[in-house]
Amino acid sequence: MSLSEIFNISLMQGFAGLSLFSVLLLMGLGLAIIFGQMGVINMAHGEFMTIGAYTIYLTSTLTETYAPALVPMYFPVAIAVAFCLAFLVGWGVEWGVIRHLYRRPLDTLLATWGLSLGMQQIFRSTFGAKEVSPTLPDWLLGSWSPAAGLDIPINGMFVMALTALVTGGVMLALYKSRWGLRVRATVANRPMANAVGINTRKTDRLTFAIGCGIAGVAGAAFTTIGSTGPTSGSLYIVDAFLVVTFGGAASVLGTVVSAFGIAQAQSIAEFFMTGSNAKVLTLLLIVGILMIRPQGLFAAKVRR
Amino acid sequence: MSNENLPDNGPSVDSHLRRTLLQYAALSPLVGVPALALAQQFPTAKVNTTKLAVTDTEVTVGQLHSGTGTMAISETGSIQAEQLAIDQINALGGVLGRKIKVIKEDGASDWPTFAEKSKKLLVNDKVAAVFGCWTSASRKAVLPIFEKENGMLYYPTFYEGLEQSKNVIYTGQEATQQIIWGLDWAAKEKKAKTYFLIGSDYIWPRTSNKIARKHIETFQKNKVVGEEYYPLGHTNFNSLINKIKVAKPDCIYAIVVGGSNVAFYKQLKAAGITADKQFLLTISVTEDEMLGIGGENAAGFYACMKYFQSLDNPNNKKFVDAFKAKYGAKSVIGDVTQAAYLGPWLWKATVEKAGSFDIDKVAAASPGIEYKEAPEGYVKIHENHHLWSKARLGQIQPDGQYKVVAESPKLIEPDPFPKGYQ
Repeated sequence: MSLSEIFNISLMQGFAGLSLFSVLLLMGLGLAIIFGQMGVINMAHGEFMTIGAYTIYLTSTLTETYAPALVPMYFPVAIAVAFCLAFLVGWGVEWGVIRHLYRRPLDTLLATWGLSLGMQQIFRSTFGAKEVSPTLPDWLLGSWSPAAGLDIPINGMFVMALTALVTGGVMLALYKSRWGLRVRATVANRPMANAVGINTRKTDRLTFAIGCGIAGVAGAAFTTIGSTGPTSGSLYIVDAFLVVTFGGAASVLGTVVSAFGIAQAQSIAEFFMTGSNAKVLTLLLIVGILMIRPQGLFAAKVRR
Repeated sequence: MSNENLPDNGPSVDSHLRRTLLQYAALSPLVGVPALALAQQFPTAKVNTTKLAVTDTEVTVGQLHSGTGTMAISETGSIQAEQLAIDQINALGGVLGRKIKVIKEDGASDWPTFAEKSKKLLVNDKVAAVFGCWTSASRKAVLPIFEKENGMLYYPTFYEGLEQSKNVIYTGQEATQQIIWGLDWAAKEKKAKTYFLIGSDYIWPRTSNKIARKHIETFQKNKVVGEEYYPLGHTNFNSLINKIKVAKPDCIYAIVVGGSNVAFYKQLKAAGITADKQFLLTISVTEDEMLGIGGENAAGFYACMKYFQSLDNPNNKKFVDAFKAKYGAKSVIGDVTQAAYLGPWLWKATVEKAGSFDIDKVAAASPGIEYKEAPEGYVKIHENHHLWSKARLGQIQPDGQYKVVAESPKLIEPDPFPKGYQ
């Protein structure tokens, strides 16, 4: 192998790691908000992602049927629609189920798991048991090839950009907006936040809905790299929990760092050993670190 | 469903029936005999000596697939095809003059549930045959029950082989039928000398790749430059794709299944590995999987199967028309769906040859049963309860259908325990 080939492969492998990082971060982000800020273990997180994926499928079909000229442009709009839909469903779920269970974390676990099964069956009854493939705009397909032998996936770059946008937005909202202030106050000390006049119930509902909306965005973005079917969401749920738990539940920054660490470990290991062994090695590393630091990489400083 | 979509009374299937009938009653011609009269020719006491659910007018069979859970994606096609075959057989008067009644059970993608439901079908419902299972795991879960309770299972999926049972008819290909001819074609037509084997990490891809490696290295004297497995449900293949780029194989041999499949082909395309630069051969992508992958993401790659929806023969045309009339013009038919369709027809032919619904007699009568109206062309049951069938090479088109580019000249003998490949 020539030197330039080694250089190209290293570049592409570096990009593979970054691309996995953005995928993990995007799928973990919504969960980090819900799990980290509210302590709700949302087992239906994957299904909220599936809502996003099916939104892309629906809008792509509608665009193709009614306005074929708009096919190159529909994707960003569809992602916004995915956020709104998942947000609304999340809002409803919080109102109908979650708010009755705040003091019973194990019950929310069961309830949201039941919810995820129910949602899967709804997808199956509505869209059919078989997978579907949304028509993606041409500019999202293929690779960008700046030099011979060097191919950078366009969908990978797209997911990366979207992840940066969403993460930036969440950080900004959490630390600069009124909602963020309320969320942080509620997380720090719920009775006191109540006492100073913050409507913690409303904050909870909004937080849950935003978390679900971000899951919808993630699901929508993943139609470019993965499958769209009733159970597609379940492919991501384990990794999403892994990222959040490893990062330290209450910290968005922790989620970022943990996604980066897991992605790099995984993609480097995958390159030098078989896929299944790489997974084992990554999981062993995570378990080892969590045994030493049970609170995760970054624990929020909360007075309890 | 209208009647013109049904296959005509072909000469072959009914020929067994006719022969049997002549022996019994010297009655001719058969055509036009009402079902009731036919049933009287075969008194229930005679065709059912083992207390199966067979009455003077009805025979009960079971259908055991996953209608819910992760496997519903794959098994839905089989459920539909078996139901279509049973409807068509009933419209022709049933089996030995008895209408087929189906008891549907849902295995729910859970192997212990499969075992439990199969026990229910065999012990409580006393069904005469079961059409069902899809994954090897579900088949392995029900096999001991079928052998203990003496039931008859028609299993539709192409699978890894290394199994043979009196109580199972395998209507899909075992591994060698799908692999060896396809690899020879790759070596001859595509001049492939180096191979990169990829699979999802469970028994079928691993066993299949073991056979493939043996064939490539020992029999073709070519080289395997990589063999990789990824957990089921894996969604990130970028590192693997870079490894492929380092190895530069002439042929990527892919056995990735489930949701991973979609991720694999989308990411291959995004990494610039497309059919104009790379030859890829798969044995795990049918028209069903193409629905999820999208034709534009895999166009130009090849699959080795025994059946493609685009096969150009009169049997298949009738089958595709009937299937679409029943399940909608957009429905697609993959290899396993067609194999599932064969089950009820093969069972009917066997029962009529045996002149009995008894499991032992059906099992004994199975070898040699032919089905000339098969959409795939012609099939015959081997002594080892697998089917003689052809292998075909299809090239993926942008619309998700396959163009058939090659076909094995002869029927390939099923060999579930291949010598020299263990």
